[in-house]
Amino acid sequence: MTEAVLRPHAEHQFADELVLLAERDDRPRPPGWRLSPRAVMVYLLGGALSDGTVITPKYVGPRRLIEVAVATLATDRALLLLGVPGTAKTWVSEHLAAAVSGDSTLLVQGTAGTTEEAIRYGWNYARLLAEGPSEQALVPSPVMRAMRSGAVARVEELTRMPSDVQDSLITILSEKALPVPELGTETQARKGFTVIATANDRDRGVNDLSSALRRRFNTVVLPLPATTEEEVDIVARRVAQIGTSLELPETIAGLEEIRRVVTVFRELRSGRTADGRTRLKSPSGTLSTAEAISVITSGRVLATHFGDGVLRAADVAGGIVGSVVQDPVSDRVVWQEYLETVVRERPEWRDFYRACREVS
Amino acid sequence: MAAPAHERVRIFGIRHHGPGSARALGRALDDIRPDMVLIEGPPEADAIVGLAANPGMVPPVALLAHALDGGEERRAAFWPFAEFSPEWQAIRHALRAGVPVRFFDLPAAHQLADEPDRDRPAGPEATGPETTPTAVRPEAASGTGDGSGGAAEAVRLDPLARLAEAAGYDDAERWWDDVVEHRDGGPSPFEAVAEAMAALREHAPAMPEDHLRREERREAYMRRTVRRALKDGYERIAVVCGAWHVPAIAAGLRSTRSAGAPTAAADDRTLRGLPTTKVALTWVPWSYGRLAVRSGYGAGVVSPGWYHHLFTAPDRPIERWFAAVAAVLRAEDLPVSSAHVIEAVRLANALAALRGRPLAGLDEVTEAALAVLCEGAELPLELIQRRMVVGERLGSVPDGAPMVPLQRDLRDEQRRLRLNPSATAKEADLDLRRPVDLDRSRLLHRLRLLGVPWGEPAGSGRGKGTFRETWTLAWRPEFDVRLVDAGAWGLTVRSAASARARALAAEAATLAELTALAERCLPADLGDALPAVMAALADRAATDTDVAHLMAALPALVRTLRYGDVRGTSVEPLRTVVDGLVVRVCVGLPGEVSGLDDDAARALLDRVDDVHGALSLLDDADHAARWRGTLAALLDRPGLHGLIEGRLTRLLLEAGSPDDADGPAGGIGDRMARAVSVGASPARAAAWIEGFLSGGGLILVHDDRLLRLVDDWIGGLPADSFTDVLPLLRRTFATFEAPERRSIGERVARIGAAPGRGPADDETLDSARAAPAVRTVIDILGWPARGADPGRPRDDGRGWA
Repeated sequence: MTEAVLRPHAEHQFADELVLLAERDDRPRPPGWRLSPRAVMVYLLGGALSDGTVITPKYVGPRRLIEVAVATLATDRALLLLGVPGTAKTWVSEHLAAAVSGDSTLLVQGTAGTTEEAIRYGWNYARLLAEGPSEQALVPSPVMRAMRSGAVARVEELTRMPSDVQDSLITILSEKALPVPELGTETQARKGFTVIATANDRDRGVNDLSSALRRRFNTVVLPLPATTEEEVDIVARRVAQIGTSLELPETIAGLEEIRRVVTVFRELRSGRTADGRTRLKSPSGTLSTAEAISVITSGRVLATHFGDGVLRAADVAGGIVGSVVQDPVSDRVVWQEYLETVVRERPEWRDFYRACREVS
Repeated sequence: MAAPAHERVRIFGIRHHGPGSARALGRALDDIRPDMVLIEGPPEADAIVGLAANPGMVPPVALLAHALDGGEERRAAFWPFAEFSPEWQAIRHALRAGVPVRFFDLPAAHQLADEPDRDRPAGPEATGPETTPTAVRPEAASGTGDGSGGAAEAVRLDPLARLAEAAGYDDAERWWDDVVEHRDGGPSPFEAVAEAMAALREHAPAMPEDHLRREERREAYMRRTVRRALKDGYERIAVVCGAWHVPAIAAGLRSTRSAGAPTAAADDRTLRGLPTTKVALTWVPWSYGRLAVRSGYGAGVVSPGWYHHLFTAPDRPIERWFAAVAAVLRAEDLPVSSAHVIEAVRLANALAALRGRPLAGLDEVTEAALAVLCEGAELPLELIQRRMVVGERLGSVPDGAPMVPLQRDLRDEQRRLRLNPSATAKEADLDLRRPVDLDRSRLLHRLRLLGVPWGEPAGSGRGKGTFRETWTLAWRPEFDVRLVDAGAWGLTVRSAASARARALAAEAATLAELTALAERCLPADLGDALPAVMAALADRAATDTDVAHLMAALPALVRTLRYGDVRGTSVEPLRTVVDGLVVRVCVGLPGEVSGLDDDAARALLDRVDDVHGALSLLDDADHAARWRGTLAALLDRPGLHGLIEGRLTRLLLEAGSPDDADGPAGGIGDRMARAVSVGASPARAAAWIEGFLSGGGLILVHDDRLLRLVDDWIGGLPADSFTDVLPLLRRTFATFEAPERRSIGERVARIGAAPGRGPADDETLDSARAAPAVRTVIDILGWPARGADPGRPRDDGRGWA
């Protein structure tokens, strides 16, 4: 069955591993958990079971962060995963939910149009009109369903929701109860219920969390890839995947160009050159790995359709300038400085310098 | 008959700066009530150990041994003690009980004399406290630089860490707590530690030859001291030393008959003929920050503040820790509630449970603080790291402590340079071309950096030429106190000033502070501090978004660059910084010039003038071209303030560019015509004129065309605009010299008298008559022969202006 869908849920895709882990797991499990915290760690970070079965790693990154995340869930606190786009926040949240409660589908997607009903409950209006307020007319939200079953509810892009909608989570997180005044009842969360939210702290158009809500979360910041190599690897793999689904013809690898884009992004993002000897100003944009991927992808499209099929400096220059210069005044200064003080000094980047001068 | 030696001596193998060790040792000492305490440390300090009982002595402090000869390359070693150091607890215990304390390590006289044999980084820096890995033990302060020794060294420096690691712990304190502190009512842990050390020593990797030799000497000396204490008839001798040394000392006591055991005679042989140097010892204040210095072997105490907390907290260390962290964050106006603290404690405990640890340790509390109290933000965590985990505790020593080396060094320098301190002010005129005067000047500049203004520079030295300096010298008594304070920075005036300059560079908040610091470093000849200052400067310049700051910094730097050579200081790093600054100013200036009001324009104008002057001084063709290019590009921007546009036009005119170009922008005349034409408001035109003429009015005397434009413009102004513009014009013309004004007036009068006459009619020169005078002027100016053809006068006088 999982073969037919485009993207199976984590608990289906890795069902075998979850079953194996549950069988071998002899440590105490917190109430409502499918696995012990230790086994959750193994599921996420990979490892070998006692009988030699290998569990694939789901997240590659600092172990400590995942430990803090799991410990947070074990103390029935809500978990907030922060980070710029492309740092696997959603990925981690999905797998945590799959491992802890075996269900990653209790999901609320935060958008500017998310309403309170998506967090609390809605009504089946036909029944509401026909029967008046009743348990049957109530349409529970994913959060309410998670409370009833003692599972993990996921809220994606929490900061994209309007602030008043965000705040409807406060009661749920502090009282662990959701009153339904229309029926005079309330739903009390069963043991095992908790919330994993993801949010993006360097994006535009976000609504900051109120401090009352913030206080109810433990925060884990997922970092950008630690080294250039790691990031080049992620970008190259992702670009290849996207290329396949866009059915782009195979361009010549262009790994050097990818490395250059990643280097530029990393240097501007971190405010210092790769050799650590020169400080730089950072532009206002996030320059995330995700943006590097899109620069390379559009560069490939350019190279394929308008160039000679080889990814060259000129194909990525426009994309880079577009990602860096988001604010026409201050970012332009940042970019010009970078171009004149860093790029220009690198003899092997001559072509890139020229290409950037042309489009700047 | 006295009891056998090994019953009279109790050896306590401790972990240096281990709060667990300190607590265990304190209990053991209370138990056995020794009548003599031997502590690992330089025996020369026996005389001043009594000061530790003085209420003015507050840890962290350090014993400082410094060689009395050796000049610049003065060597020193530190033995730091914190409240939670077992050695410190042993000293305090003995002094409280009135029991003699002796230090029984190899004397500092030998340790310091031994230095040059070894492969160590040369130069005065190696002995400065900033770079010496003093946080561990003196052996580290004098350690070797080779990597192979490093691993072995690490085992020896913190053997308990190695044992903890073998047991699967990453924190030796925690392992020690788990295996030692939490054992209920068991025997004293020191027996077990001694056994473990014996095993560890057997399997330790081989150490380099010179290490081994030094270790043998130290342990031989330790045994000798123990034997002497036995001979002196003490009955309960407590020996406190690093756990590593326990088996070696015990071997000397127990089995004199067994083969291979070190005998008194053998030890004497080992210690015979060691090199010696004259040393002095004193107590100096220390800080937790310096205890945590991690240069060298990575064996520093990473978290003195946390250890201090563990040692002093009576109970519930985790809860107390988070409460203290919350207090620190609240002091910085970060909202942290009690609910936060509760959740942080819960998370720390959950993490400890997840990791299979009985109690939360530093890792757990740090991660819990990040996730809960700091809400994932790194900045407050750094605050916690600095204030709490490392701690800002500063020690102090009583007044009776002997003189610090810095005072001694200054006295030597004063003697060498025949520059005696006196309370009455007197003038000193220094000729920097003489080496002795140059050294004097450097000394005075260095002292000023250290906050000891013994000499005040009299007047501005710049007027007198670059090789003369006049100082007013007056020694005030409080300078001695400041020297003691400054003693923390280094052992010699030079190294202390360097270290201070580096620290100032790290702290400096603004670019201007840094340029000022760089200007102070050069005359003080602090070549080794300069790279740090320059790096800070480059960093600051890179991130400073205010171009005005960069422009303000440039002239001072260029000045330094230009005149630094007089003193023979290397200015290469400075050049790199200046190069970067010029590029940044050129890139950033266009963004700065739009939307300025009069005051801002005037301020910017001064900056532009300064930079322009600095760049002509720098005399670098690339930079000059870049700067001209930037100005030229600016000139055509719409909405430029009149003042600035006028000034830029003038600057470029002097640099020779716009007038030469007959492009679409036109020559200077066209520009001026445009600026003062009817399309421009009178106020803007007046501002333009002011900017254009702010460098002097001579140009109007010599270029009739421009004069005529100004004249026509003023003449054509409507009456009400004229009264508006008059003050502006008056201000402009008032800055000119009187003769300039007069000749402008004369020319204007002539324009009025003979309207329609071209300037050339009036200006035709008789070249034959002018030739000799022109030639003489050319000779005087030393111009090349290019202009030597006086037969063809220029069509206007501008060339001579």
